[in-house]
Formats: sequence, structure tokens, C-alpha cells
Amino acid sequence: MPAEMRKRSFVITAQSRVDIVLKYSRDLVVALCVVMVFTTVILLLAGAPPLAAYYHILKGSLGSWMRFGHVIKTWVPLTLCSCGLLYTFRIGLWNIGVEGQVMMGAIFTTFVLRLGIGSQMPMIYLMGSFCAGIAGGAVWALLAGYLKTRGGIHEIFGGLGLNFVAQAVILWLIFGPWKRVGIASMSGTELFPRELWLPYIFHIRLSVAALVLAIIAIIVTALMLRYTKIGLYLKALGSNVNAAHMFDLNPHGYMLLAMIFAGGFAGLAGSVQVSGVYHRLIPSISSNYGYLALLVVMLANYSVWLSPAVAFFFACLNVGSIQLPMVLQVDSSLSGVIQGALVLAALAVHGWRLRTQRVEVEWTHE
Amino acid sequence: MRIELRDIHKHYGAVKANNGITLVVEPGTIHGILGENGAGKSTLMKVLSGYIGKTSGAIVVNDTVEDYRTPAEASRLGVGMLYQEPLDFPPLSVLDNFVVGQAAGIKNKQAVFREKFDTLVRHFNFSLKPDDVTRRLTVGERQQLEILRLLSLGIEVLILDEPTTGITAEQKESLFRALKQLAAEGKSVILVSHKLQDAEALCDTVTVLRGGEVTGSMKAPYDANVLLEMMFGTPPASPSRSAVEYGTTVLSMHNVAGPGGRTGLSNCTVTLRRGEMVGLAGLEGSGQGVFLRLAGGITKPTAGTMELSGRQVQGNDLHSFKKAGVVFLPTSRLEEGLMPGMTITEHFALRDNDTGFLVRWQEAEETAQTKIRKFRVMGTPISWVESLSGGNQQRLLLSLLSKESMLLLLEQPTRGLDVESANWVWWHLNKYCLRRTTVVFSSSDLEEITTVADRILVFFEGRIVMDVKKEETNVNELSRAIAGKF
Repeated sequence: MPAEMRKRSFVITAQSRVDIVLKYSRDLVVALCVVMVFTTVILLLAGAPPLAAYYHILKGSLGSWMRFGHVIKTWVPLTLCSCGLLYTFRIGLWNIGVEGQVMMGAIFTTFVLRLGIGSQMPMIYLMGSFCAGIAGGAVWALLAGYLKTRGGIHEIFGGLGLNFVAQAVILWLIFGPWKRVGIASMSGTELFPRELWLPYIFHIRLSVAALVLAIIAIIVTALMLRYTKIGLYLKALGSNVNAAHMFDLNPHGYMLLAMIFAGGFAGLAGSVQVSGVYHRLIPSISSNYGYLALLVVMLANYSVWLSPAVAFFFACLNVGSIQLPMVLQVDSSLSGVIQGALVLAALAVHGWRLRTQRVEVEWTHE
Repeated sequence: MRIELRDIHKHYGAVKANNGITLVVEPGTIHGILGENGAGKSTLMKVLSGYIGKTSGAIVVNDTVEDYRTPAEASRLGVGMLYQEPLDFPPLSVLDNFVVGQAAGIKNKQAVFREKFDTLVRHFNFSLKPDDVTRRLTVGERQQLEILRLLSLGIEVLILDEPTTGITAEQKESLFRALKQLAAEGKSVILVSHKLQDAEALCDTVTVLRGGEVTGSMKAPYDANVLLEMMFGTPPASPSRSAVEYGTTVLSMHNVAGPGGRTGLSNCTVTLRRGEMVGLAGLEGSGQGVFLRLAGGITKPTAGTMELSGRQVQGNDLHSFKKAGVVFLPTSRLEEGLMPGMTITEHFALRDNDTGFLVRWQEAEETAQTKIRKFRVMGTPISWVESLSGGNQQRLLLSLLSKESMLLLLEQPTRGLDVESANWVWWHLNKYCLRRTTVVFSSSDLEEITTVADRILVFFEGRIVMDVKKEETNVNELSRAIAGKF
């Protein structure tokens, strides 16, 4: 029989958002099981006990309040970056430059904090440094955005290039103008005085301010995307930029706006890294959180509610696997293997599910 | 090689693109297939060349029934097609493109193919150089290259789909010479066209299609009137429209030119007035789409000036066009008019002109429900627009227009619609005219244009060749103009 499309036309209705999220979560769990099997095989091949490895990851992340504090320290910047990426993904942009935006935010933050050393009102400088961080990330993102809208350079290449530039700027600052007195070292700039640290609960080293920031970011993003015109326009342009003329939408303007949002959140993540985690500027200040956030958002199927959950899972993996080299002589990069494999597995499961559903839209005669 | 098509049917659901077509192509002849857009010519040729599968019927090659499923299988049998847009690889050289699909074996047969190429080029007196980059060739030259490639593959039946669009007169002469030479050498040539003069100049036999069926065939010499009647049929008596008084000028163009489509648009000088219903006739791609997009502020003109309600406008300022009440509805509804993955309610939320930060979802849903009822769209407010049928998508697009538009530009508004939906669309658009809105639409159905429009502009090869009121012309005159004889 000739290979013709069998037409089954029926009206697809948008299910409620909760329904979609639940359905996708189910796919995610399936993917997780697949990945667990995969990593178990790898561990066995490496001669390490799989169950013990998982147990230590779990214990290493949630086993004590101190460790939980570490998880949150990882979760906050990761979630901030993820929230920002939701805007750019919505309009269909691949904001690979998020990593550089984190770095630029960190640079601007460090600059303002340095001004505040020895000041009587450190809080002002602290808050100012957050604003600076947001601005830094936003400006860097805007740069990649302009390269795209004015120069036609795809945001992946523009962003990637700018990542390298940002990294180079950090190195120059650490070994040049901002170097420690006497020693120019890879361990970064001079540690900031205590009053310029983000306030935290001493025993568990958990910064409530950072936690609150992340939660606010999630809520703001959820509200923006769902209830505001900006969110609707981003979605429309991400769906079909060729129909923008029908609704008098300017695609370039909104692309730049999305980049500003993404850069702003990423810059804020950089601020938190400087003032809340490392208390100085180090070469790897972004800790690859930008790139990891891309994985998080993709794995969460671009959902604003699933992203923090997936980020939490990734944070646990990252923190927990630090134990592995000490306890089991397994390299801690196992967490990276799990994360990467998880994204691939989730994409595969999701894709397989879409194919088996066989939803076909009515064919129209050309 | 003798090709016989026996009772070919190609159905797309209820639409019968080919409805029992039988014809014979003798070796050594040039056989023309004529018909207007939508007659089924392209579909038939795609079936013959193996690009799509037929619903029923048989293809007989030299008295053997052949059942091939792909163009590759077809070309092995000796049937090859030259598409309107030559399918080549622009970054490669002419020789590389010539060799594509033929090279086999590890030993470098470059020299062999180079010689083959040179022989063929000289045989047809083409002016192709083997080391030129294909990207830099003109359409005519790319066609020549494709013909050589097909011949070198051993094609005995060459199908050409609208080959003379976009090539110069000299290249046309060269092509026709080559085709005549091929026929003289015993090959069969099938020419699909809507241009009467090409068919008259070249073909030994002509078969005319209309509405998916064969309406007649003729051998040379031809009577243009008979052919035109076979192509377009005799029109029914057109109902008279009450004389409408036209108002002030809405849009005027002076020597406007613009890019797009096959031929772009050049030297366009037109004035549109309030309340007019203007039909753009002509074969698809003759410039109607470009005209509509220029008038809608979507495309920037490369020459000339435009005035909107008396004020000069720069071509690319979409916002001022929209503010003035100019709306453009494209023919590809899902690709250029609607947002797939979004619901009807979301589309109405997008259209909301209220200046405010928040989306008024409640209002959007109410508006959606009202419009769905009023325009009888078969869907619910939470339906995704890509799940609606073509007719319903068109109703949705029309429902998204505001009542106070000044100028409506519609590209093929009833394309793919059943009769009932089409009639509804015209009834709805008529109401706009009564409200002094100017409606400009393009259509490939001449009958529709003559029934509905007050004024008709005929497009041919990127120019407006006729601009008449409906009462001052008739279908025959129009169809001649469309086919290029004026």
C-alpha cells in the first residue's frame, strides 16, 4: 500500500497545565530508572559497588544540616540561572551565553563590593552589588542579543564567544588589577571582610537571603510567564515568528527583552556566588552553573515548577558525589555522568512517547 | 519510450486531485499538459515521476505495467523530471552537480565524466563551464545543467514542470531548441505549463486538464480559443452587483517594485479606493503575493513610492500600517498567520489592544467564545489552532480582524475551503465593503474572481497587465491575459 498519511483528525484541546506537568513527570521517572540502570552498569564495570555509591551520594547531600546547606548553596544559583533561561527558551533562543552572564554578574558584584571595603554601611554596598550583578549579566546578554538582531549572528555562537571573553576578563582581573597583595594566585582575589558577606545562619552555613532570592525568582518568573503580556508575547514569538505581523509584534525587541531577563537572573546568580558562596572572585566563579542550568531547564521540559525540583536533584548529585572519592575511590565526576545521561534519557523517553501517541493534525490540500 | 497513463486517480481524502486521467505520450514527441492552477497537472506529474503514490490506476511503460514508488526507481526506468526550481547543490561546481547520483567506484572517474559533460554540452550548444560554481548560474543555466544530468542518467522521458518561468527569452529559445532535438532523437518530452504561447510553439500534442480531469486534447496546429475554453470552461452568467460608489483613495502606488515569489513585482502603479472589492487574477507566483505584502507593509519596496490615505509611507514601518488599519492575511495560515501550540483564547489575548501589563484572560476567553459562535468555528476556546481544519483556521483568522479595518489584503482566502465555507467568507467580506473597507484578494480561481470582485487586476510575470472593472471585461479576455496573450 502506498505510504500515505492515514488521516485521523480530531480537535486537540490544551489540557490543564497540571495535567501536562504530571504526565511529563511520569516520563521523567521512567528516564531516571533507565539512567539508574545505565550508571549501575558503569559502576559495576568500574569495580565499584553501585548501591553503596548511591547511598553515599544520598548521605553526602542530605545526611546532615551542614551538607543540606551546601545543597542549597548549589541550588540557589542553579535555580536563578534556570529561571532566566525560561524566558529565552520561551521565545525560542538558545542562550548558551548564560555562563558568561553569570561571570559578568560576578565581576560587577566584585567591583561594587571592593568599593565597600572599610565602609560604615556595608549593607548598602551589598545591596548595590546585587543590582550591579543583575546589570552586569543583563548587559552581557544584551551584547549577545544585539549580535543576533543587528549582526545576524546566531545566539549560540555569540553567547559562546562571549563566555570565553568573560572568562578571560576574570583571569585578567584576578592576576592584574585585582590581584592579592604580593601573591597573584588562582585562588582568586582577596577575601572580602565579614561584613560584606551575605548573612547566613552560622551552624549550617545556610544563607537565608539567598534562599529567599531564589524563591522570589521562581514566583516572579511563574507570574510573568503566565499572567503578563510579555510572557504571552514571548510564547507567541517562540511559536511562530512569521506570524508576528498579524499581531503587530516586534520580534527583535522581545528577543532583546528576553535576553535582558535571562542575563539579569544569571548575573544575580553570579552575585550570590561572590557574596554568598566564595566571598571573593575566583576563576571558576560560575562553576559551570550556567551550562548546567541549560540541562536543568531542558530536563524539566521548560516548566517553571519542575525546574527548581530538577535543580534540587542536580544539586544533591553534585554535593553528594563529593564524598565518593574519599569513601569509594570513585571519581566525583560520576555525578556529571548521571546528569548528562539523564537529559539524554529524558529526551529519548519523551520523544518515544510523542511518537506512540500518533496525534495527527488534519491534512490540508496544497 | 511510450508512456501510457490509464485512469490515474489521486485522492486526498475528499479532494480528487486527479480523477481518472488517461493519456498517451508517444516516443519522439513533445506532449503538453495545460491547465490553470489547481487543475491537477503538478499532481499528475508527481505521480508519473514517482514523487507521490497514486490512489489507483496504472502507468504503462512500453506496454509493461510498472509500479514504482520513488523518483529513483522512476529514473532507473527512464522517467525523469525537471522541477520548476532545479534541485541542485549550489555550493558545488557544475561538474560535481552533473556527476551527482552517478559516480560509482573508488577510481576517480572525473576525466570520464568531464568528457561526457563536454560532449553533451556541445551537442546541445549550451554555454556551461564545468568548473563554475552552481550558485552563480542563472535559473536557465541551472535548468540546462539538470537536463544534461538527467540525460546522462539515461532518461528517455523528460518531464518539465513550468520551465519557462524565470528564464530569459534567449534561454527559452535555447531550451526549446534542446527539447526539439531530444524529441528528434526519439525521446519523449512532457511539458507542463499554463502558458499558451509556449505550448503552441513547442508541442505536437496538448492535453488540457481542469478540475482533476481531462477536458480535451488537441494536435498541432492549435486554436487558442478552443484551448482556452478547455482550460477555463464557459463562465456562468455573473450576477450583477449593485453599483457602489467608491470613496476616497486608500492606497496608491507609483512605480513600486518589490522582491519575492518567482518574479517579484515591478513597475506597479495602482490606486485603491474605499469600498472597492478588488480581485487579483493571474497564475500563482505572478506577483500577487508580492503586491499584497507591499501594500500591507510587510515587504519593503525596492523602488517607487506609496501613499496611505494621502500620507507617504516608508515600506518597512509595519506599525504605522497597522495603526492605519491595514491588515494582511496570508495564504499559508499556519505558517504565517497563526501560532501553532497556542489556543484560540491565547490568540484573542494576543490581539487585545488594551495597554496594560497583565493579560486579561477572562475577557480573552469570553471574546473567544463569542467569536467562535459568531463565526461558527468548529473548535473550543482551548483548542490548539493547528488542530482546526483549513476552513476553520480561515474563519478564525477573519474573526481576529477588527471591524474598523481600512484595507484588507487577503491572499487566496478560500484556498482549500469547501463551497459552504467559501461562500461564507465572501458574505463576510462583502459586509466589510459595505462598511467602506477596501478588500483586495488574490485567487487562482477565475470564476470566483469574476463572481465576487468589482475590479480585477491581472498579473503576469511580475507585472500588472490588466486593470479593469468587471463590467468592462469577460472571462475569455481575462484568461488570455492570465495565459500571457494580450
